[in-house]
Amino acid sequence: MESSSPVAAAAPAPAGAAPPTIVLEVFRYLPDSEDAPRYERFTVPYRHDWVVLDALNHIKDRLDESLAFRWSCRMGVCGSCGMMVNGAPVLTCGAFLRDYLPGPVRVEPLTHFPVSRDLIINMEDFIHKMEAARTWLIPKEPRRLEEGEYRQTPAQLAQYKQFTLCINCMCCYAACPVYGLDSTFVGPAALALGQRYNLDSRDGGQAERAEVLQSDHGVWHCTFVGDCSRACPKGVDPAGAIQMGKVQGTVEYMKALLLPGRRARAQG
Amino acid sequence: MTTPVHDVLIVGGGGAGLRAAIAVAEEQPDLSVAVVSKVYPMRSHTVSAEGGAAAVIKPDDAAQHHCYDTISGADWLADQDAVEAFVAEAPGELIQLEHWGCPWSRDPDGSVAVRPFGGMKIQRTWFAADKTGFHMLHTLFQTAQRYRPVTRYDEWFVFDLLVHDGRCQGVAALELKTGALRVIPARSVILCTGGAGRIFPFTTNAAIKNGDGMALAYRAGVALKDMEFVQYHPTGLPGKGILITEAARGEGGVLVNRHGRRYLEDYDLGQPLDVGDPRHPQLRSMELGPRDRLSQAFYWEQEKGHTFEGEFGAYVHLDVRHLGQKKIDKKIPFVRQTALNYMGVDCVHECIPVRPVVHYMMGGVHTDIHGATSLPGLFAAGECACVSINGANRLGSNSLTELLVFGRRAGLAAARFARGHGPVAADVLEKKAEEETRRIVSLHTQGAPGADSLATIRSELNAALEHGAGIYRQADRLAAACEKIRELKERLGRLKVLDRSRTFNTQLVAALEAQFLLDAAEAVAFSAAARRESRGSHQRLDYKERDDERYLKHTLAFRTDGDPRLEYLDVVITKWPPGARVYGKQ
Repeated sequence: MESSSPVAAAAPAPAGAAPPTIVLEVFRYLPDSEDAPRYERFTVPYRHDWVVLDALNHIKDRLDESLAFRWSCRMGVCGSCGMMVNGAPVLTCGAFLRDYLPGPVRVEPLTHFPVSRDLIINMEDFIHKMEAARTWLIPKEPRRLEEGEYRQTPAQLAQYKQFTLCINCMCCYAACPVYGLDSTFVGPAALALGQRYNLDSRDGGQAERAEVLQSDHGVWHCTFVGDCSRACPKGVDPAGAIQMGKVQGTVEYMKALLLPGRRARAQG
Repeated sequence: MTTPVHDVLIVGGGGAGLRAAIAVAEEQPDLSVAVVSKVYPMRSHTVSAEGGAAAVIKPDDAAQHHCYDTISGADWLADQDAVEAFVAEAPGELIQLEHWGCPWSRDPDGSVAVRPFGGMKIQRTWFAADKTGFHMLHTLFQTAQRYRPVTRYDEWFVFDLLVHDGRCQGVAALELKTGALRVIPARSVILCTGGAGRIFPFTTNAAIKNGDGMALAYRAGVALKDMEFVQYHPTGLPGKGILITEAARGEGGVLVNRHGRRYLEDYDLGQPLDVGDPRHPQLRSMELGPRDRLSQAFYWEQEKGHTFEGEFGAYVHLDVRHLGQKKIDKKIPFVRQTALNYMGVDCVHECIPVRPVVHYMMGGVHTDIHGATSLPGLFAAGECACVSINGANRLGSNSLTELLVFGRRAGLAAARFARGHGPVAADVLEKKAEEETRRIVSLHTQGAPGADSLATIRSELNAALEHGAGIYRQADRLAAACEKIRELKERLGRLKVLDRSRTFNTQLVAALEAQFLLDAAEAVAFSAAARRESRGSHQRLDYKERDDERYLKHTLAFRTDGDPRLEYLDVVITKWPPGARVYGKQ
């Protein structure tokens, strides 16, 4: 790996004046031909309105077309372009170069995941966890189309709405120290999405989801560091969802103790 | 390497593709259904749709009104039988999404809320704040996970349809993670790959929108229909082209030029009401006129010198300040966030700079009302298809509903086809796929690289289309665009990809996508050049009037070894004879 010492900047730019260029130190790994990752430095034009993703596209279009990364919507909603920028998990389409002056800007794949190539991680684990957490509506009372929509007041919608905003970018997994140590942890986004349905007035699947959410790998594995909520680019607060899940689990557990005949699903 | 044979194979995991997959899994559970997508499904571009989805639900509305708004909005180029089917099935589809958990915004009594939208004379746009497409896509993706019969091939790039014995029998794909060639044999195939906005420089479309499915069908001999009709959304951010939803105007936002004038009143779109007037915004009027007319008004404002001039050219102001922070944060929070992030503008206190940006392809793969194409076994739905309900101009909030209605229809039609047809010739397909791989992939990987680059080819294409086939068109500029496309096709054919890795060779994918882009662009430019009238989004400076006598017809573009061959097809008229498009009259 190339040394990662800071760029020896020329005379610091006067306040208010933008530098003409900025340096990106980009994580490179080509499993076809390289045994180990390395960092490669690229000098790109600095623009006030450019995000890190614009700089990566500049590199790909003009400097090195082999650089591999995922991106699509460039407006913070498709969830493709999560990467580590200067050590923090962010969406690169929303990470402005101006916030990393004078550089260099270090760009790496999301941590805690296997790297497939360059800035592309393998995210299959997360997909499986979503499926395991049964992140879909399990109707409390099935309803036919002819009966129209379920009634749900704005207040009932507000109960779970925040947790619907997850874009599956996995920045929270990269931020989560528990997932970093033990990838069997279901993890922030999948737990928050499970909780999203548990809190939906139309849903009756809490007991079914508890098999995973309340398991050893579920909410009880979380040590409430809260880094996931700080990392979330959409303000979802997975940590809050997980704490709510713990409360729900405890309530169910107590009910099971106090009301014989109910099936205990809480950790015990 | 060949996968198991599927009864129904869907290419594309956006709204239309997932709706089709669930339709098969739920209604024909014994059939084997698979979704192959070059991205994980929740990355699909449906995710970026903001404003809403139209369907008749409230007691003051009726199907005939939704039909009329859609048909007049389409400048009478929509097939009216398709529109009627669409309008009839729309409410059931949106209720179905509600039953699957979509977090629709609500009225105080708990019923689904609706909002006004451009070109609609009654409020009928369902919405989930201003992230409607995002919520619909995630609801569909999460619901699809519930159905075990849906097999997914995530991050496989389809580069060829496998046609044998006059029938589409599967696809050839590149598995991005390994670089392996994959053959997916299938009794029926549905293309749900979305639009092709990336042929233009300023577009709301995501990087993945390169006309993949359109080009795949076009190469297989299927016509592309009405490709000259390209929708400019009147309010994109200059430079990046990021969308500012029409809901901003639906909630009462107004457009003003550099003199502070609400200039739409000068373009036969009605008279402005004061923003404090309780009757503002008026439906089918001013800022709630149709997208084509609003984008055209911008063009003339620019010609008259009434627009602002910025780094990325002309722009006007979208003013939502009078809505106040509370309403902005409740109804259009994403507008505020987007303008703040990308323009440094807080719309609670400042106007948002906007300009028309390419948003949607009305045209696409020619299908019937069930999504079937002329090639047996091949179907299409969503933006990549042209049924057509959108004609010469789509109304905002019809496309999200369209992908549900026609996604389901195509899914069921493909299932019926699969039941009625025998097994596929898997061994023949494998051989064909290998030949195609050699032809298509090797083209870009063998030999020495030259000076040309994909980025140059794409940007020259973008400039040619913007100049030749933008909001207003004329013969000489269109001819230049056609000529440029010929040149770029030839240059792309010689382009070599430097990246020779197998794992995630994104540059090889980009080269194959550029071929798709050029095919889609060719159909747009040649179809536009041949339509010597002005209708909806297709406006000609040299033929300013609509000409129903000659052009109340769909254009069908067929691929040849040279320029495309064009044919025409009558529009289906059921109850609404062509008339004048009237906006701003109450």
